[in-house]
Amino acid sequence: MIRDIALGQYIPGDSLVHRLDPRVKIVLIFLFIVFLFVAQNFVSLLLLVISVVVSISLSGVPLRHYLKSIKAILFIVLFTSVLNLFYGGGETLLKIGFMEIKSGGVSNAVFITVRIISLILLSAVLTFTTSPTSLTDAIERLMKPLKVFHVKVHEIAMMMTIALRFVPTLLEETDKIMSAQKARGADMESGGFAQRARALLPILIPLFVSSFRRAYDLAMAMECRCYHGGEGRTKMKVLHAGARDAVASVVVVLICAAVVVSNIFLPGVLS
Amino acid sequence: MAVIELKNLTYTYGEGTPFCKKAVDNVSLSIEQGEFIGVIGHTGSGKSTLIQTLNGLLRPTGGQVLLNGKDIWAEPKKIREVRFRVGMVFQYPEHQLFEETVLGDIAFGPGNMGLSQEEALKRAREAAKFVGLSEDFYEKSPFELSGGEKRRVAIAGVIAMDPDVLVLDEPTAGLDPQGRDVLLAQITSYHKTRGNTVLLVSHSMEDIARTADRILVMNSSHAAMFGPTKEVFARGPELEQMGLRVPQITKILASLRERGWPVGTALTMEEAVRELLPLLEKGGVRS
Repeated sequence: MIRDIALGQYIPGDSLVHRLDPRVKIVLIFLFIVFLFVAQNFVSLLLLVISVVVSISLSGVPLRHYLKSIKAILFIVLFTSVLNLFYGGGETLLKIGFMEIKSGGVSNAVFITVRIISLILLSAVLTFTTSPTSLTDAIERLMKPLKVFHVKVHEIAMMMTIALRFVPTLLEETDKIMSAQKARGADMESGGFAQRARALLPILIPLFVSSFRRAYDLAMAMECRCYHGGEGRTKMKVLHAGARDAVASVVVVLICAAVVVSNIFLPGVLS
Repeated sequence: MAVIELKNLTYTYGEGTPFCKKAVDNVSLSIEQGEFIGVIGHTGSGKSTLIQTLNGLLRPTGGQVLLNGKDIWAEPKKIREVRFRVGMVFQYPEHQLFEETVLGDIAFGPGNMGLSQEEALKRAREAAKFVGLSEDFYEKSPFELSGGEKRRVAIAGVIAMDPDVLVLDEPTAGLDPQGRDVLLAQITSYHKTRGNTVLLVSHSMEDIARTADRILVMNSSHAAMFGPTKEVFARGPELEQMGLRVPQITKILASLRERGWPVGTALTMEEAVRELLPLLEKGGVRS
């Protein structure tokens, strides 16, 4: 059933990672991801992998959730790493017909695999441990400087919040409409492409109509509570970055510095 | 012969996961051709799940649903045919309208049955008549109608398939008292004219009392009672324990009886008048 689709990946908890300030979390994870691509040798790569593993275990989220998120991209990972095997210089390790696998290719493949998987895992750490509302809240705060360029930061954040809030509602609505049309004999499983596309109309049109109705209702309700945009609006939950966040930042910066240092003193293995 | 027979019907949401929840638990009953069944139950008692297994929208996780003696899941590929024979009107059915014209929307079901365009439209017109939509409505867009009119279009869309069994989930929810009365009268007259089986789910005991021959009471996933309307509503205290109640007029007569007045039971205002008038004429004598 459509309701089973996993959306809203937040997994409530009280771990160290959960309690970090979402702004700090976003910045640090972004930094981590950048340095995944800065790393040029196995030592720094190993350091980053260890950090990823540590942050996963600190997040307190069951491992199977992470495995599931990797499973989704497994094909892409395999595809790119196999492709990368054949690129790169160094000494030839294996020769299959006209194709050669060289040592440089192997390290390329290892790097790309580790990078993609770590990238997915890190973003999973972020979405698993941060509720969608605090995520948008943090994005709003982080984008605040853009106000100088007349970017409507508050409006964008509000739209993101509303969109996230309505995903489950609309899914439920879709489920209901699908049941109702199926009860009238709508056939959504057979026929060619054009026929299937046409079979979607009885679902999409009511869904659109009800989305508009909900939008009107929500706008009315917001106005009744005197919502008038972001100007002068205070927050119920003010974000506080504390000692915990400072420690986390220092640790991440140190790791990044170590990566840079190892890049300078150790030879790169990528070609 | 029973038109619908449930044998140990069980439905569990999310079976095999830690969140599994039994919504319908071991329900067995049979419904005769031509009956008008009222289905009542507290919110979350499993009545919505139960009715969705009747037309194969939900596949029971245990037990069987027999339609005219045949298991509806005997051939899963033919489940669509079951849906034409067990028509289902969901809550707030007006939300499912999508066609450009009222008539086109009503003809959606018959069209899916593989009928010719002409035949489908003919059925649509008949169905529109049953719910009291005049010809002026046929070419209008369903989106420009009032809420009550939309509701009637949606119900006509199911009636147009001419199902053997019509299931209505709270068809009067959100309608004004007059719209409610009119719609119920239309459903009853449809039932009388076509002589098919109707299941009406409602939270309004008055609606049920007025229409149903028999009542099915669902309580925490079980079929708690299933019997003639009068008998079920005679068990007021039990119903109240399940978070339900009996029609107000039934309750009034019951408390009169408790206080020693010689009155019988009544489900509707008319019946109550018949019980009370002779008493008034005699000047009222307590037994």
